[in-house]
Amino acid sequence: MKKLLSKKNLAILLGVLLLYGVIQALISLGVLRTFHQVNLITICISVIMAVSLNLITGFTGQLTLGHAGFMAVGAYFSAVMTVKWGMYFPVSIFCGAVLAAVSGALIGLPTLRLKGDYLAIATLGFGEVIRVVLLNTKYVGGAAGLFGIPRLMNWTWVFFAAVITVVVIRNLLWSSYGRACISVREDEVAAELMGIDITHYKVLAFSVGAFFAGLGGGIYAHYFYGLQPGTFGFMKSIDYLVMVVLGGLGSVTGSILAAVVLTLINVVLQQFSAIRMILYALLLILIMIFRPQGLMGSKEASLELFRKLGRRSGHGSLGSK
Amino acid sequence: MNMRKVLAALLVMTFVFGLLAGCGNSSGAGGNAGGTAGGGEGDTILLGVNFELSGGLAAYGQSKINGLKIALDEINAAGGVLGKQIVLKEYDNKGDNAEAVNISTRLMGEDKVIAMMGPVTSGRVMASVDVAKQFQVPMVTGTGTSAGITVNEDGSVNDFVYRICFIDPYQGTLAANYAADTLAVKTAAMLVNQSDDYSIYMAEAFKKTFEEKGGQIVESSTFMEGDLDFKAALTKIKSSGAELIFCPNYYEPDALIAKQAQELGYDGYLLGGDGWDNLDHLIKTAGADALQKAFFINHYFPGDTTEKNQNFVKKYTELHTDTPPSFAALGYDLMYFVADAIERAGTTDPVEINKAMAATTNFEGVTGSFAMGENHDPIKSAMVIGYTADGQYKLVDKVQ
Repeated sequence: MKKLLSKKNLAILLGVLLLYGVIQALISLGVLRTFHQVNLITICISVIMAVSLNLITGFTGQLTLGHAGFMAVGAYFSAVMTVKWGMYFPVSIFCGAVLAAVSGALIGLPTLRLKGDYLAIATLGFGEVIRVVLLNTKYVGGAAGLFGIPRLMNWTWVFFAAVITVVVIRNLLWSSYGRACISVREDEVAAELMGIDITHYKVLAFSVGAFFAGLGGGIYAHYFYGLQPGTFGFMKSIDYLVMVVLGGLGSVTGSILAAVVLTLINVVLQQFSAIRMILYALLLILIMIFRPQGLMGSKEASLELFRKLGRRSGHGSLGSK
Repeated sequence: MNMRKVLAALLVMTFVFGLLAGCGNSSGAGGNAGGTAGGGEGDTILLGVNFELSGGLAAYGQSKINGLKIALDEINAAGGVLGKQIVLKEYDNKGDNAEAVNISTRLMGEDKVIAMMGPVTSGRVMASVDVAKQFQVPMVTGTGTSAGITVNEDGSVNDFVYRICFIDPYQGTLAANYAADTLAVKTAAMLVNQSDDYSIYMAEAFKKTFEEKGGQIVESSTFMEGDLDFKAALTKIKSSGAELIFCPNYYEPDALIAKQAQELGYDGYLLGGDGWDNLDHLIKTAGADALQKAFFINHYFPGDTTEKNQNFVKKYTELHTDTPPSFAALGYDLMYFVADAIERAGTTDPVEINKAMAATTNFEGVTGSFAMGENHDPIKSAMVIGYTADGQYKLVDKVQ
């Protein structure tokens, strides 16, 4: 208990509440209007998706291209529960996330003997299977999609869902489970020799990652009015993978940073339809050239890091010539 | 090392500048409209465009905005609407539903447009419907043909949401009428893209009407997006003795179907919907020979001899190399429809414009004249289009 209420944790809690409070106040004052809220919520969904994908790809080292598939499972199941079965929406979103976690474990068990690109192909296949099943299921609207889902999500729900995601995954990673996951990434054989049950940790990473992807999907469903199978295609998985790589494989704060930056860039580029894709790609290329390890590398943004940066800025950084 | 720093600094500046620009625009300044009051006031009228201009559906969005811009220039050259020039606020939704919601919110909430045009394709329109109802700003789609856009499952009509094209089931019904009455066929087969709601709805409506008229669907095959080989299905259809194949899909698969049907020696009719509307692609892929017994239902016939249409075709072909597709024609009509509603409302109040749109009784466009029905779907006729021996469109019939 004493450890839980340490100075650092309290500071973080205070920071989170302060961030929430400031934004909530701005919303109440009418400074941040509906349009800003849409983008704040998009950012939070991206944070949930990118951080959960980082757990699988960045920390456990399993390249997966099926993250949108898990998102689709959570989105569709929660939407069906809310709209067709009349459940209270937090319950349906939670159930959607659980179902996504189960599907994560199911896909995990048989495919985790595969490595690297083989696993990528297998998970890509899984994502496509989900999409095609949804496409051919009349009950959820097939290709036309499932529309008429009420917008039950608001900034408060989504912000705290994102905070919970980050806290859970961060704590998991800084525990013995997390160290085991990282050892799987570094060297499977060595990890196994040290007595680590590789399959166990891979399935764990997959189910936890899928759980939060399902959560992100549920939030998406209850905010954007409707779902179509096409939304959860291969490119959606790539979008989130880009965030993870851009932020830094193995950095939770990096994923958060990348989710924020890419969402804002996207909004700015909405008005430049002709050159939008070129600019977006160019930015990604430039960042990858100058920061091949991602914005944060495998470091985390912490108070210590800022202190170090402060000391270093004395001799030559961006500001001075 | 120095080079790196300079480039890095540039990159950071691009970001910062970009973000500032983004914030600046979203602070409600109304961009080109000049003045914080947005859309209506001042000496310009601000209208929103929320189109699929990049991504997989970009071809449709681009066609439509080409037509729309021609109309915009004409209207502004003739003095604008209510004596004010029209200014467009254009955003690209990438063909993504969440992005379409985002942009609808941006246009209606931040830029304060008095009406929104778009999105182009049904899924994006469906996603934006609730935003229009929330902000009470009318939105009109030129080409969203899915039935659920204007009418909900429980039969209630979505206020503030309009379209100026006919709906998918209606096309299917017209196709069935044409097959049973004019072509007088008794047996038909269907070849349907199972991954597209557009195809599925049209096929359902065709089947229903065709069977009511005493026809018989002898073979019904499905395929998935991206399939290229239809020979197995076509062989089955041929041996079933169907006199007509109904292909309610987009032009890429249907051009291949026409070609492969010819190769297999199938000599019945082919019938399609407005997804066929790409003359160049069909002629190049299938050849005019394979299309001599092919027809499709369309919104628009470029050879129409009305003065309005001649003028539009002339202007379009000056700017672009292809024959104007129906998406461009509907884009042109969309702009005029919105301008007409604002003129009749006599004010820039979105709620009044909404009323004027619902009360449209006799709108004349290049895709025909129509009145707005009580479901917010237009009551308009469709064209049946065939092909001449040298690979041009010919108008076969007008049906309603």
